Amino acid sequence: MPGLNEISLRPGAPDQYWLLLPIVLLPALGALVNGLFGSRLKRDTIHTLACAMVFTSFALSVVAFLQLAALPHEARHLTYRAYEWFTVTLPAAFGSAQDYRIPIDVAFRLDPLAATMLLVVTGVGSLIHLYSTGYMAHDESPGRFFSYMNLFTFAMLVLVLGESLPVMFVGWEGVGLCSYLLIGFWFDKDENAKAGMKAFIVNRIGDLGFLVGIFLLALSLGVLSFPEMEQVAAHAPTQLTKPAFDLSFSLFGWDIAWRPAIATIAAICLFVGAAGKSAQLPLYVWLPDAMAGPTPVSALIHAATMVTAGVYMVARMHFLFVLTASGMAVVAVTGALTAVFAATIALTQNDIKKVLAYSTVSQLGYMFVAVGVGAHVTGVFHVVTHAFFKACLFLGAGSVIVAMHHRQDIREMGGLKALMPRTRWTFLAATLAIAGFPFTSGFFSKDAILWHALARDSGRYGILPPILLTLLLAGAALTAFYMFRLYFLVFGGESRADEDTLAHIKESPSSMTLPLVVLGALSIAAGLLNPEALHALGLNVPLTFEGWLAPGIEEGVPAVGIAEMRKPFELPLVGASSVIALAAMGFAWIWYRRGPSAEAERLAARVPGLYALVLDKWRIDELYEATIVRSLRWLARAGHEAIDKLLIDGIMVHGVAGAVNLTGRVVRLVQTGRVQVYAMAMALGTLGILYKLAVPSTDFEARVDGRSVTVNAAEGAGYEYRWDFDGDGRWDTQFGAERRAEHRYRKAGRHEVRLEVRNAFTRSVGEHEVVVRPGRRRR
Amino acid sequence: MIPHLLTALIAVPALGAIAILFCPRQTPRFLRYFAMAVSLATFGLSLYLLPGSLGRAGFRLEETVSWIPSLGIRYHVGVDGISMWLVLLTTLTTPIALLASWESIQSRLKEYLFSFLLLESAMIGTFLALDLFLFYVFWELMLIPMYLIIGVWGGGRRIYAAVKFFLYTMAGSLLMLAAILYLTSQYDTVAGKASFDYLDLTRLLLPPDTQLWLYLAFALAFAIKVPMWPLHTWLPDAHVEAPTAGSVILAAVLLKMGTYGFLRFAIPLFPNAAHTLGPTIGGLAIAGIILGALVAWRQPDAKKLVAYSSVSHMGFVMLGLMAMTTAGAVGAVLQMLNHGVATGALFLLVGVVYDRRHTRLIEEYGGIAKIMPAYAAVFAVIMLASIGLPGTGGFVGELMILLGTFSAWRAFEMPRLFALLAGTGVILGAVYMLSLYRRMFFGPVRNEANRTLGDLVGREAICLAPLVALVFVMGLYPRPVIARIEQDARQTIEDVRAKQRLGRDLTEARLLEPGELSRTGESIDLEVPAPPGVPGGGQ
Repeated sequence: MPGLNEISLRPGAPDQYWLLLPIVLLPALGALVNGLFGSRLKRDTIHTLACAMVFTSFALSVVAFLQLAALPHEARHLTYRAYEWFTVTLPAAFGSAQDYRIPIDVAFRLDPLAATMLLVVTGVGSLIHLYSTGYMAHDESPGRFFSYMNLFTFAMLVLVLGESLPVMFVGWEGVGLCSYLLIGFWFDKDENAKAGMKAFIVNRIGDLGFLVGIFLLALSLGVLSFPEMEQVAAHAPTQLTKPAFDLSFSLFGWDIAWRPAIATIAAICLFVGAAGKSAQLPLYVWLPDAMAGPTPVSALIHAATMVTAGVYMVARMHFLFVLTASGMAVVAVTGALTAVFAATIALTQNDIKKVLAYSTVSQLGYMFVAVGVGAHVTGVFHVVTHAFFKACLFLGAGSVIVAMHHRQDIREMGGLKALMPRTRWTFLAATLAIAGFPFTSGFFSKDAILWHALARDSGRYGILPPILLTLLLAGAALTAFYMFRLYFLVFGGESRADEDTLAHIKESPSSMTLPLVVLGALSIAAGLLNPEALHALGLNVPLTFEGWLAPGIEEGVPAVGIAEMRKPFELPLVGASSVIALAAMGFAWIWYRRGPSAEAERLAARVPGLYALVLDKWRIDELYEATIVRSLRWLARAGHEAIDKLLIDGIMVHGVAGAVNLTGRVVRLVQTGRVQVYAMAMALGTLGILYKLAVPSTDFEARVDGRSVTVNAAEGAGYEYRWDFDGDGRWDTQFGAERRAEHRYRKAGRHEVRLEVRNAFTRSVGEHEVVVRPGRRRR
Repeated sequence: MIPHLLTALIAVPALGAIAILFCPRQTPRFLRYFAMAVSLATFGLSLYLLPGSLGRAGFRLEETVSWIPSLGIRYHVGVDGISMWLVLLTTLTTPIALLASWESIQSRLKEYLFSFLLLESAMIGTFLALDLFLFYVFWELMLIPMYLIIGVWGGGRRIYAAVKFFLYTMAGSLLMLAAILYLTSQYDTVAGKASFDYLDLTRLLLPPDTQLWLYLAFALAFAIKVPMWPLHTWLPDAHVEAPTAGSVILAAVLLKMGTYGFLRFAIPLFPNAAHTLGPTIGGLAIAGIILGALVAWRQPDAKKLVAYSSVSHMGFVMLGLMAMTTAGAVGAVLQMLNHGVATGALFLLVGVVYDRRHTRLIEEYGGIAKIMPAYAAVFAVIMLASIGLPGTGGFVGELMILLGTFSAWRAFEMPRLFALLAGTGVILGAVYMLSLYRRMFFGPVRNEANRTLGDLVGREAICLAPLVALVFVMGLYPRPVIARIEQDARQTIEDVRAKQRLGRDLTEARLLEPGELSRTGESIDLEVPAPPGVPGGGQ
């Protein structure tokens, strides 16, 4: 008999990989301690604790990574299963008579993909924690800050290591929460608080899509853990390829039929979640506002880790996405459009962090193109390199912002290269990487995306690959240009800052520059992990990253293989993208090397409307405000004023109460309390009754049924009845108390029925009616 | 094991209430401690419900005493995996509510404590009653103390609110009484003996059109209590005027009476009518989810905002019940508990600042996270539970309800559309709660009066601590709770489905044979083998 001890903690299970537990829980512990006691701890203690937790987590991650790598390819997964979280019971399906149950475990699973993300999250996370000790050195609530940062790391690890979609969703919403808390960290400014709220709500919109995707998969696969889903998808793909619904109708003579596969709908739903988290069109609007948070937060959450969760999720669900060409096309096209769209906005921004924010949105678009065409390894590779160079850029920007006394407008900067050498060199390294300068990390990862966008074409996308490529090339040119515009405006030329600021500009402390140096070096060198472009040049360098990741998620899927006929394009593409990047850099150098560019202003003045529109971020926020937010407000007011107050309370509730009240008032008029009135009423009533008794009244109804007629007279006190059925003046019955009578006619035709009623006072009254007996039908 | 545990649970607070009447008025301290001791004793007793509660569906610890034999009325109480949690919720929130009003209630203390203990007794009785007459007695008995709590110790418009609360509820329950009487007369006709017993009456199968009227009468009474949109307008008034402790009990327990009534009585007694009206009530639930959330968003009064959020949350519960799937029903019960915990705590939290500033207007606050950090932290946790963040109880409940709705192709024409529409409530929930939090806690301190506000004191922290702990327990390890709910929720849903099939073409009332339900197992239902991918209707 199971009792309270049904707890299914299974520490003895043989295949438990315990190491995952401290990796995940240490940051949570740090968050708990700093959160509860942060206000009483010394600043140094807080710093040490927070950093120690993440550093240890990183060290253990390295151990776990090495242990995983030591396993043979096909067995590269390690699981820690903590306990059963809950079970969902769904109605019978799959033709089975029984309800079926989906148990959902709190379990963590390490495989090559998760291990890659794990290293990025804890590694870059450690560096940014270290950096924060310098950046936030004078903040008044360090306990709260580091508690949130540790909590974020914990949530991100749950997201990465979660063994099933629901557990991943815990991390998914958890990082959203931490993002909310950290964007609004300096909450005494209204705009910061609003930005945090906006991030959370836009993410929630995406999360609803994610949830619906989970529901669809739960119903069609009957399992929710990644390995099990992959298995079912592999062995019973029809569960996913049959239509989700059937929308067929006729419009103006056209027969329109839409029967998308379950896989397509589920993939799009999940992608809606990814678009929210990873700031893709049309849900990108929260990310630029999120720059209100402290800069290390922007580096960690809004550049290196959380925003790439969408890409990670699509790669994780690769077995679903490869089943649906249209689902993947949606991902790729959204990514490509976002990449260019965000890049155009980044061209015009003057806030150093805003430029980087739009650049992040744009780079995330590249990653989605990669996973959207099935090049999951390439997409994840760009996640990794982007984590390095974008974190470096944001941390560098943070260093600049501190030096500039929290001014962020690049028009007031300039000439910092002499004053902040370490920041400048690392920033330059990262800028070269993101711009795609040959042989930097960004060059290799971005070039690979361009190549795969063109080459991953089994003919099912039609003319899509060249279009994607064109968009991405345009985006690459814009990226190189706006990044070097940023670099020159901040570090190049003469300083445009005021005297006072200028006098205080100094290089940041080593706690901040050390992470910069590490990340800067990685920005340059990390490309050598997977230098695909070198292959095009004929150099046979090993592709370490691909060898590590591809077996699990990409190999052996013909639908997303590389089309052989595109091979000849690989080398020209490498050349073209290098030339484009270099040209755009050169262009930026010509215009901006001495500071703000007169040419650029002239160009902007020639198309003032367009320039203002782009500067205003295409006014998408205003569009949402005018449509969605306003209509919701209207609906809320209607719901309250019109429905609740007027209709329900006003008419229904108070109406009923009023009606009762009114009845009461009317009835009260009768009850005057005057005896005379009562006596009068009584007398009138009595008279009425007497009249009714004395004067008989009569009525009857007759029903003919074939030959006979049945009559039925109205009732009265003490009445007697007699009937004449044929209207001949002779009464056919005697007076009697029976009200009913029946008569049989011999002849067909019209007959008059007469009734006489006599009351107890022997007064009588008569009534007559004509009935027709139908004749026999002639043959 | 304690003999007559269930009766003790009902009797201890009732006897405590009576004892309070005989205590001297001049000793308020003693009165308070005495009432607290009684409610804590009741809570301690209720913990004995836990052992042996797992493994078998159905009622246990039943107690039966003949009451009015000629009418077949008996004192019959029993507990199962569903009602035990609601009783525990009641016994937990009562001492918390008493502690919350430790200082704020000074006038007529004796009467206040009497009302509170009487209310607790009636609430426990309502959850445990297995005789429809007994149920009705407890149901009405609850009304009076609550009416007094609002009407005597409430705010400015307390009389209006109390009368509205009373009349609304009364209107519904009288129709229910008529329906109960008709139902038992039908049973008398068919079975040849009078009975108000739940276990007898659930064996009665009625023709669908008879069911319809009876169900409507029951549903009206319960829907008012839930409250379902559009019968909800008493709730904001009652909440705003009630004292904090009254609001806590109202939100945490009293609203659950409606949904519990649907699950325990209305649906099992009239399964075919529940099926016929399922989509309608489900649609109203969705209207409540969305409109409740939107209206909450625009409220200037914090307490009213929380009240409207209840309309939205209870819409989720109703939707889960109407889905008639195990996942939906389990999720609904789970969400009743989560809502009780989270919304109860929210009313406590609003009460904390109300006690200090005597205003509930959101615009009066702003930036108080700096001044009351502990308060802000607890508020944040409860807010997150209320919007169903994973890791808190609300998530598991909402997930199960939505998944149960999503797969409810037997109950709804377009289950996935229903789930999607209800899902927007999850977004809107974040909208109104976060905007409340932002306006109260973030931004600069605009009002100088807020600068001197004190943070949570020990008494308030003790009130909130168990609720905060429960939020996490229900979110991280809900399995012990779910396991007990599921065994009975599943049985209820299966019985209802079987009865729906048996009653579909019935023209005259009849009794179920013993074991007939289990014989008409699920296999019969495979005449419509809706495959998972293509349920009976697309979106």
